[in-house]
Amino acid sequence: MAEICLALIFVGLTMYAVLGGADFGAGFWDLTAGGAERGGRVRGLIQRSMSPVWEANHVWLIFVLVVSWTAFPVAFGAVFTTFLVPLFLAALGIIMRGTAFALRGHAATINEARVLGAVFALSSVVLPFFLGTVLGGIAAGEVDVADPSPSNAAWTGPVAITAGVLAVLTGAYLSAVFLAGDARRAEQPDLERAFRARALGIGVVTGAGSIAALFVLRSDARPLFDGLTSGAGLAAVLASVAAGAATLALIWTWRFELARWTAAAAVAAVVLGWWLATRPDVLPGLTLDEAAAPDATLTALVVSVAFGLLLLIPALLYLYRLVLSDTLTQSYEPLDQRFRPTDGDQP
Amino acid sequence: MLDLGVLAAAAEQVTGVLGDQPAPDALEARRMQALSLTVHIPIVCFGIAFPAMILFVHGLYLRTGEPHFKALAKRWSKVALTLFAVGVVTGTILSFEFGLLWPDFSATFGEVYGVAFGLEGVAFFLEAIFIAIYVYGWDRLPRRTHFLTGIPIVITGFFGSFCVIAVNGWMNDPTGFGVRNGEVVDPQPFTALLNGNMWHELIHMYLAGYVVAGFIVAGVYAAAHLRGKRDAYHRTGLVVALSFAALAAPAQVIVGDWAGREVTKRQPIKLAAIEGLPTTTEGAPFTIGGWYDADDNTMNGGIEIPKLLSLLADHDPDATIQGLDTVPPDDRPPVNIVHYAFQIMVGIGTLLAMLGALFVLTLWRHKRLPRSKWFYRGVVASGPLALVALVAGWITTEVGRQPWIVYEVMRVEDSVTSSDGLELGFAVLVAVYLLLAVAVAWLLRRLSAEAPEREVVHR
Repeated sequence: MAEICLALIFVGLTMYAVLGGADFGAGFWDLTAGGAERGGRVRGLIQRSMSPVWEANHVWLIFVLVVSWTAFPVAFGAVFTTFLVPLFLAALGIIMRGTAFALRGHAATINEARVLGAVFALSSVVLPFFLGTVLGGIAAGEVDVADPSPSNAAWTGPVAITAGVLAVLTGAYLSAVFLAGDARRAEQPDLERAFRARALGIGVVTGAGSIAALFVLRSDARPLFDGLTSGAGLAAVLASVAAGAATLALIWTWRFELARWTAAAAVAAVVLGWWLATRPDVLPGLTLDEAAAPDATLTALVVSVAFGLLLLIPALLYLYRLVLSDTLTQSYEPLDQRFRPTDGDQP
Repeated sequence: MLDLGVLAAAAEQVTGVLGDQPAPDALEARRMQALSLTVHIPIVCFGIAFPAMILFVHGLYLRTGEPHFKALAKRWSKVALTLFAVGVVTGTILSFEFGLLWPDFSATFGEVYGVAFGLEGVAFFLEAIFIAIYVYGWDRLPRRTHFLTGIPIVITGFFGSFCVIAVNGWMNDPTGFGVRNGEVVDPQPFTALLNGNMWHELIHMYLAGYVVAGFIVAGVYAAAHLRGKRDAYHRTGLVVALSFAALAAPAQVIVGDWAGREVTKRQPIKLAAIEGLPTTTEGAPFTIGGWYDADDNTMNGGIEIPKLLSLLADHDPDATIQGLDTVPPDDRPPVNIVHYAFQIMVGIGTLLAMLGALFVLTLWRHKRLPRSKWFYRGVVASGPLALVALVAGWITTEVGRQPWIVYEVMRVEDSVTSSDGLELGFAVLVAVYLLLAVAVAWLLRRLSAEAPEREVVHR
């Protein structure tokens, strides 16, 4: 039962890393799109791609949190005590980001859109960084389960910072791949080219960053490094490398739809590898059995979530089918175009 | 460590598994939590009530084909989506705060109450999916399918709040676990979920959702009415929203009475704080106003109505009501806050019920809307007033629970984070929420400034 609950957390993490990560990455590209006029086309595509799905994507984070505090309450309390500062900053980022994005859709002037866009884009970069530092800190064994206390050293160590940077890069990479495909669907060849170039560039950077991260792990989080370079952990890492390389090849050859799946697989394999490498511990020094809530709770949780998934999976499939078949998507419009005086009934 | 006095609490207490130092009064953490809830709860009201109102108007459109019904339903659905987006982020903050502010509460009792949040997560997820499909589905999905995709939003909005309120009910009436040697054992999550406080809290809050959302929305159209906008579009907005609120507000009085008697039964000290009753009294009076002096446990000033409290709390004018003196001072909540919050809630609730009754009677007897300008001014004021009553009600139940986070089992001071610097965090949070409030107000003005005809023009 405890194993199933841990698996649920990792499934949730994977989904959040892929879907939420892509949303964060969209913010990264929004930030780097250039001035209002030059970046208007890129931002219009981002607005169109994210609007129907970002709330559902974000709920995966809440899913991870509630399963964690139910199934592994002590570990949850210890993690949140230790990483008080980055988690508080991440929470602020969540407020700013979600609100600014929701409001930008209703902006009436280019200046309003500019301010809201800047808030959305900046928080999209800062937020995954802080969440990444927490995961990195956990991986580096910074949580003292027996006597947790808030610690700034825990999230500013080399592993934590590396994980933060990688989280930002990973999101940007996923997002570039997804947006290249979306640009083709929106029939915007120049945006297709732009995101293809971005995907290739950031893909190489992210790959190099991941290899560099392994060296950081070797010196600062030896147990995790050993887990990732032997047995099942190694298999997951190799799978991730293979999927990443395949993604680059697919993008090089303009096959974006397939690249969506391989890019997601590359990220999922890393999360899976982390799980395989740390088994059977939940936190370094805390085994699954020690951390798990009593069986009655775990059973109730698994039954509840299983019942929920019966409803959720068809609903999610329906949403993504509608989105991918362009039933829900708004017609494409560069973000700065909306504010041109040609739009008759706007003030 | 604890002076349990003459009457020790019945249940064995726990101090938490993380074992950090107790932080007496935990004021900053409580302020942050209260602020976050105050921001989130009004949005929850819209999550509960607004989808049903939207589908009602949508249904009118499907039956009649009148474009102003469609324009209204579509406009409202856009507002609902924006409020939902804000609710997603403010709700995420709350789940972070479970860990950030109350790590020992989650670590110790997560195994008991957590499953409710698992279910709530599922409901929230479904809501997020279907609200996106519904709002982006206007003019894109087949008419029938589109209407049907709205129904899960109503159900999940209700079910999600059920789960969260069940946890709050559990904090006030903790069941579904045992305590042995200061440790929580034998958790039964579903028993905890269906605790004795769940039903009245749920129905009280559910109706509050309709009261708050109904009066706020009606207020917008009442203001438009005063400015002379009285076309079919604005009239429908007013009548539908006001009808929901006007039916819920009088019902709320009856449910409130039920809730009061449940509190008398399960949390007599909370009731004593609500009513400012220092000593156990037979045929207790109901005190309006007054000021409680904690040092010598007396109530000064205020208007006493003889025997009314006994009558209200127990439906018997001579019933004995337990006073604050039955527990040591350390176990008493801050009486004045609870006492005044309760009176504000009841006062406003009564006014709103009268306003609603006036509307329903006029509509029923004369088959028309009230004509007086003062009625419309009253409706404009009713939205903010309903919000105040909502928050006052939650202050009553949550401050009335103090000093316990899990009633008579775990103290707030044992569950709070040992971190410093919460003052800074609180200040930042205040600033961020102020920005959020300004932004949402700006957006709603922007939406209402757009001509409704735009909603039916195919873009």
